[in-house]
Amino acid sequence: MTNRVILDPTSEKRNTSRDLLARPKTISGQTIGLLDISKARGDIFLNQLESRLTTAGAKVLRFRKPTFTKPAPVDLRHEIATKCTLVIEALAD
Amino acid sequence: MTVTKNPLRDGWTIIVKRECATCVMVVPVIARLVRELPSLKVYTQDDPTFPDGVVSISDADLSASWHADIDTVPTLIFRANGVETARTVGWLRSEWRELTGIADLGAELPEFRPGCGSMSVDPDVIDKLRVRYGGEILHARQIDIASAEDEFEAMFSRGFTDGLPVVPPTPERVMRMLNGTSRAPQEVVAIAPPDLVELTVEKIAVNAVMAGCLPEYLPWVIAAIEAICTDEFNMHGVLATTMPVGPVIVCNGPGTRAIGMNSGVNVLGQGNRTNLTIGRAVQLIIRNVGGGRPGEVDRAAHGHPGKLSFCFAEDEANSPFTSLAVARGFDASQNTVTVFTGEGPRCVVDQLAREPEQLAQTLAACLRTVHHPKLPFAFDAMLILGPEHARVFAQAKWDRERVLQEINDRLHLPGTEIVRGAGGMAEGVQEAFKDATLPKFRPGGLLLVHAGGPAGLFSAIVGGWVNGSVGSDPVTKLVAT
Repeated sequence: MTNRVILDPTSEKRNTSRDLLARPKTISGQTIGLLDISKARGDIFLNQLESRLTTAGAKVLRFRKPTFTKPAPVDLRHEIATKCTLVIEALAD
Repeated sequence: MTVTKNPLRDGWTIIVKRECATCVMVVPVIARLVRELPSLKVYTQDDPTFPDGVVSISDADLSASWHADIDTVPTLIFRANGVETARTVGWLRSEWRELTGIADLGAELPEFRPGCGSMSVDPDVIDKLRVRYGGEILHARQIDIASAEDEFEAMFSRGFTDGLPVVPPTPERVMRMLNGTSRAPQEVVAIAPPDLVELTVEKIAVNAVMAGCLPEYLPWVIAAIEAICTDEFNMHGVLATTMPVGPVIVCNGPGTRAIGMNSGVNVLGQGNRTNLTIGRAVQLIIRNVGGGRPGEVDRAAHGHPGKLSFCFAEDEANSPFTSLAVARGFDASQNTVTVFTGEGPRCVVDQLAREPEQLAQTLAACLRTVHHPKLPFAFDAMLILGPEHARVFAQAKWDRERVLQEINDRLHLPGTEIVRGAGGMAEGVQEAFKDATLPKFRPGGLLLVHAGGPAGLFSAIVGGWVNGSVGSDPVTKLVAT
């Protein structure tokens, strides 16, 4: 009996998995990016975080997506990756 | 896939089948040609013992017939230096004599008999032959379904379905689907979100088969995909939002009738294959190729049943208005799809309004509630005006622009009513807008479509999603064959 054949309806891509980086031992001395995705009230959450992180000795840089409905532009992602050692994203309101 | 070479060689070839009365009639001619033309090879499609008394080559796999592009039997061919130089089909005595140079060939036969259809162009087998002999047309990975495995369950277990059974996309079915477009199978139509994958015509066809489409629907599916995979429509955001929205596909143009779309009774409901399978194919493509699955990138809190499929045609033939496509700059003779980000439809009942102002007042009151009666400007909406409601406007000689203007004029919301806290509701605009008057819809944010059954003083509203460059804009694309 012959097998039946169908065509793969997917992209045929396979996700690659990457290991997480080791957790930093201390906040102090880190450059931490705070990404505001432009959702309402995300700034309130990030302001609180900035205050706490700065007190803990971190340097904080603020970033903002043009809109929460679209992925972060590649230039923005590159800027965060090159300037920061850590990043925190405020996901939703 | 097997790719074979054309088995025909230089010299004479005849291709026949026993089931054809004309082939049977010319057997004495073939017998004579075998004697007089030493190079002659006779291929027989069905019965390898045919023609009686002649040594023939079985073409049971139809490879010779397919490669020689035979559509009629008998066919007489002459080839020289690897190239076909002469051919006649059926029985036309004068042509057979001229080609063979035998002046008295077939003297006992009538002058003319038409041939019969070649088995290689039988609609039931032609797609199999294309797969077998057509070369590397299909690039998608082939998946074997074990003989003991139910093919429909196999599609579920591999995560390929939207929750309903799908048609297994065999190579033959996909080849047949590709007949619906002149575009090359490997042409990249769009970059499909959310995984940003190059989406080929072939992958669209695979998913269109699964959705239950006929080949003639394929250009509409392609156009809808082109429309949703634009930055303006922002399919990534439509998928990722927690709001219950998905692509609403409105089809315009004479082609909607040619492919049997429904624009009338139960237009947004079940029962019409064309409407349902085009919309379903679009969703399956985003799921399977784009990688947008519920619970993964699709984060909708509730979703809605139209995320399986939400596609319909505008009733242009009976409409008193210009169509949505014409309003968006296209010609009424063109086939188009317009995509809009929408929630499920809701009904507007007004069985008493006989004056256009009264009906505009009702429609405005209902449209104000889109997503929240205190939220202006941020969301578009589509108003699907039923024919009996449209008639009220038509009798007053209101055109599309007038209808929209009158509704929008009734939707300027006083700040005092919509600030946060007003009416005991926390939701609303910031206090700074207390003294302003804000429109419910941005300019162009209310779309009008004429569709629905002829009886019933009802219309339907489809609420939109975050509009403009921060969200989604409606997009219209031409349907190209």
